[in-house]
Amino acid sequence: MSSGTATRGGLVERAARRTVLFVAALGLAAVAWELYKAIGPEQGGDIFGWRIIPKTNDRVMPHVWEMLAEFGDPAIGSGDQKVWSVLLGYSWFTFRMALAGLVVGTAIGVGLAVFMARLRVVERGLLPYLVISQTIPLIALAPQVTVIRGTLGLPQWTSAVALAAFLSFFPITVSTLRGLQSVPKASLELMDSYAAGWWTTLVKLRFPSAIPYMVPGLKLAATAAVIGVIVTEITLGGLRGVGFATIDYSQKVTSQPASVYAAVFAAAALGLFMFGLVVLSEAFMMRNRPRETT
Amino acid sequence: MTETSEQTGQAPVDHAVEVVTASMVFNEGGSARVAALDAVDLVVEPGDFVSLIGPSGCGKSTLLRLIANLLDPTSGEVRVNGKSAAQARLDQDYGMAFQKSGLFDWRTVAKNIELPLELKGWDKRRRAVRVSEMLELVKLPDRGANMPWELSGGQQQRIAIARALASHPPLLLMDEPFGALDEMTREHMQSELLQICAATDTTVVFVTHSIPEAVYLSDRVVVMSAGPGRITDTIDVDLGGARDEETREDDAFYKKITEVREALRGSEMATGARGIEDR
Repeated sequence: MSSGTATRGGLVERAARRTVLFVAALGLAAVAWELYKAIGPEQGGDIFGWRIIPKTNDRVMPHVWEMLAEFGDPAIGSGDQKVWSVLLGYSWFTFRMALAGLVVGTAIGVGLAVFMARLRVVERGLLPYLVISQTIPLIALAPQVTVIRGTLGLPQWTSAVALAAFLSFFPITVSTLRGLQSVPKASLELMDSYAAGWWTTLVKLRFPSAIPYMVPGLKLAATAAVIGVIVTEITLGGLRGVGFATIDYSQKVTSQPASVYAAVFAAAALGLFMFGLVVLSEAFMMRNRPRETT
Repeated sequence: MTETSEQTGQAPVDHAVEVVTASMVFNEGGSARVAALDAVDLVVEPGDFVSLIGPSGCGKSTLLRLIANLLDPTSGEVRVNGKSAAQARLDQDYGMAFQKSGLFDWRTVAKNIELPLELKGWDKRRRAVRVSEMLELVKLPDRGANMPWELSGGQQQRIAIARALASHPPLLLMDEPFGALDEMTREHMQSELLQICAATDTTVVFVTHSIPEAVYLSDRVVVMSAGPGRITDTIDVDLGGARDEETREDDAFYKKITEVREALRGSEMATGARGIEDR
């Protein structure tokens, strides 16, 4: 049924409002950081003997402008490249891996969901194992993946893609399955009355009605894919992305305390970028759908 | 405007619908066993408008679903256009409309009407011609490019009827299609439906729980009772001549309403069932 508040447009306005809010929140966080640094105790503080109050010295809490200035510094061991350009290169690597992982994870996730929606038995048998699979720490899994990759003779980066896919398929599976099973009974009867087969019903009815359910799953999956790649980079050597940068730069924390934050910012920005891509694809997938404005 | 050659290649002696001692039991053998229908017989001739009316749980929707072959009877036989109900479904011999319009949110109005034609494998041009024909028929010629949720409830229901009739099926099965509409829209839609059926020569089996609706629309009102679902009475409705808004003021109309109400009371006395609208 249509709701009186459904609107078709407003996408651009909503995007603009979100961007403004995001920048404002970022500014507030920077102000709060500097404020605490100004009034907090230099060497931290104890409450009932526990060291809880964070130190505000320059090593632990560098000034916001120092962190930003770090991006313009020459990167050690990278010729005459600046930090920002090195980090950009790392981010590009991680991004490609995460995107590949997301694509593979989505394909597997949707495939599993369709399989489970088709056969109840499969859902009952498989779903618990999928849940268990997500409780395995990635760090424990990474070496196994490397061994398998080695025996298959695949290049090293495939480990990162595999682990990103491993993290991202699960939210896709759960959300897609939910969507495929949430079709109104009358719509199913309608397709039945046309003598439409299971596959036709899937393509014409179940899949399109599952899309609104899949979007939140895709958002989770996108950020999970980035985490998957970063953890792989940290756990296994030889992959040069933002995960590697975080470890590499943290070794310079004594001489350049702000450099770690530069790497962390790069990782965060990458996660946001992935998220933004998903929001864009959401706008595409949900075009022409009724939207409840709240 | 209709391609009659396509409608029925059947011999004229065939009934549009023939239900022979059909019974339907849900959860047979279980503790929650429900006898939804018990040995029901029903014959609908081509061109007839037949309403099924009765209290909740009398099996009127179940009977409709047996005719549509969305359910198989536990025992008995259902034939549509002289074929088995299963074959009639495969041949798309009927169109169906539900209480909720059930239009697909992600398709334009035109694309919604096209759906049954698409599934029949019609090419794009032929579909487009038929869609504009159907939009004309339900008096919404400019709404093809709209999304369903941009239309009012009554308009959505008209599109659902257009979809049901798009492939020109000889039979239209309707399950309380106007149940969710307000009273004014509802009366308006009833008149529209009669015009559409007259124009397309369609046989209709119509489930409702509104007595005036059943009387206004039907050539015959089939009264059902619950526990187990049975047909208790069949009332012919001859209001003389074409039905229009004036019909609703006629004495003959009121007499029929009273007759149907009394028939329903008779079955209600036996079962103590509720759920009939007097409006």
